[in-house]
Amino acid sequence: MKLGLITSIARALTTARIRQTMVATAGVTFSITMFITLLGFMNGLNLLLDGLILNRTPHIRLYNDIQPNPLQPINNTPEYKGSYNIIRSVKPNASRENIYNSAAILKTLRNDDRVFGVAPKISTNVFFNVGSTDVLGIVNGVDVFEENRLFNFADYVSSGNYMDLKYVPNSIILGKGAADRILADIGDVIQVTTSQGNQLQLKVVGYFQSGLKDIDAVQCYASLTTVQKMIGQTSSYVTDIQVKLNDLDQAPEVAREYEKKFGIDADDIKTVNAQYETGSGVRSLISYAVGITLLIVSGFGIYNILNMMIYEKMDTIAILKATGFSGGDVSKIFITIAVSIGIAGGLAGMVLGYLACLGIDRIPFETEAIPGVTTFPIDYSIRYYIIAAVFSLVTTYFAGFFPARKAGRIDPVDIIRGK
Amino acid sequence: MTGKKTVLETQDIVKYFYSPEKTQVLKGVTFSVDRGEFVSIVGKSGCGKSTLLYVLSTMDTSYEGSLYIDDELITGKSPDYLAFIRNKKIGFVFQFHYLLNEFTVLENVMIPALKLGEHSREEIEHRAMEKLKVFDMQTHALKKANQLSGGQKQRVAISRALINDPLIIMGDEPTGNLDKKNTDIVFRMFRELSQEFHQTMLVVTHDPEFAAATDRVIEMEDGLIISHGAHRS
Repeated sequence: MKLGLITSIARALTTARIRQTMVATAGVTFSITMFITLLGFMNGLNLLLDGLILNRTPHIRLYNDIQPNPLQPINNTPEYKGSYNIIRSVKPNASRENIYNSAAILKTLRNDDRVFGVAPKISTNVFFNVGSTDVLGIVNGVDVFEENRLFNFADYVSSGNYMDLKYVPNSIILGKGAADRILADIGDVIQVTTSQGNQLQLKVVGYFQSGLKDIDAVQCYASLTTVQKMIGQTSSYVTDIQVKLNDLDQAPEVAREYEKKFGIDADDIKTVNAQYETGSGVRSLISYAVGITLLIVSGFGIYNILNMMIYEKMDTIAILKATGFSGGDVSKIFITIAVSIGIAGGLAGMVLGYLACLGIDRIPFETEAIPGVTTFPIDYSIRYYIIAAVFSLVTTYFAGFFPARKAGRIDPVDIIRGK
Repeated sequence: MTGKKTVLETQDIVKYFYSPEKTQVLKGVTFSVDRGEFVSIVGKSGCGKSTLLYVLSTMDTSYEGSLYIDDELITGKSPDYLAFIRNKKIGFVFQFHYLLNEFTVLENVMIPALKLGEHSREEIEHRAMEKLKVFDMQTHALKKANQLSGGQKQRVAISRALINDPLIIMGDEPTGNLDKKNTDIVFRMFRELSQEFHQTMLVVTHDPEFAAATDRVIEMEDGLIISHGAHRS
């Protein structure tokens, strides 16, 4: 059986009922458009919100935690070695905050194939001295260039140029909330007191705004050397090493490995931020469910229209069968109609969905909370288009399957004699 | 009977209708049609002549007895094979013309041949045109089927029945729905097919004039053949 004949008959039947066909196609088009728009928009938002946290969070953070020594003296005493020892009121030992042998660790990390980049960091608590009051803050000393490459630092510097941190000596970028509290404008010189008691004059070169108010109220940034100078330490003094991996999923495993290898504490992003992934997972699930529901509903539309078409075209089906078309051939004709509607509607839907995404992408969306965002976020991932294409074909095929089977089973004698 | 080849043969065909209640429509019909014969089946309404024709057409498969077409047992064959037999060996002309309104006249004639797929599209188009010319319909070839009059439609239907050079043409009241003038035209066409082309034909009719002009008249009554008619050739 030649496919050309089946398709030309299918085409003739659809053009004869062009309005019904258009309605069915419009149904598919609408649902595919909505599917793509909905998922693109929803996932755009997901990525934006996740990015708020995840982009700025290192995949692995190496640091010295303040905690009691797991090896207490009693455990080394021979007579209590096998016992279960309970010690009350254990205090943390005076561990150093900085990472021992940080230069060697940094070198090892940079040579690791799994590592995308490494950024050392120093965190220190300071007081901003404003008139007679002191405002608490945290100054992060960062490698400005690496911090930007790995954690998009520049995106969060809402005013001022982040590179000034590197080029202007004794400069600081204040959290927006902190800046508002200490009434500091860009260009002002502020006085800080470190926890060691050192006092220092720093020049404000920019504001930092992450969108999370609690963070913006205390977090400030300066270059590594500035902070080392503030707390009177050498250039090897580093309290945190932030690691970004090529593959985020490896984080927990690699973190365990580093913990053992370097004898320091390692936190991984998966363990620390598990709730964000769960949140975006559920949001995606809901949008997929809504999108697929839309497609199934349009499938019912196609089912109805094909059923109607079969009733109207009883004579045609009967004559095709009388002149030598088998039930299978007749079924194929109607399946072809259904799948053609799916392909046409699907393609139109993908184009319209893309246009709708472009449209939403232009709607202004400016909020204090999320800096660097001026329009609604959209995810243009090809994945949604592939899913939409597959689903439009699958649903229209099944919508056509049952009417087509019915058409294939029509007894021509009933129709021809029934007249 | 030497030199005569049997095209169609039935043995003891019995058929029941089950709705509204079980009734026997055909009560053991046995007859045969030879090559080149123009046979008509006549009888009163409800005598089972149309039912018999649909059994012979292979479209109706719920019967007892056996049906041979071209010396091949057709009873019990698969639906796909029956469709192939209808396509290749049988041409139909119905009372209500039954053209496909979505297609042009020419395409209507071509479709069974395209389905059979034994020739190229160009060749089929050429052959279809030839068949239309036989019935003087070539000027209407590119019109849609629903733009034709009843008589014209029936002429196209006969052209379509002929496209695959069938073994036998079956007609169910082919003139039943036509006025006097068109009946005459269609009638003339059947006679011409019989006399000039020696086409085997089996036509169910209740028009005595039509029946009288055929080679043999089979009379049916109440599900049985009461007269096989005389071979007049």
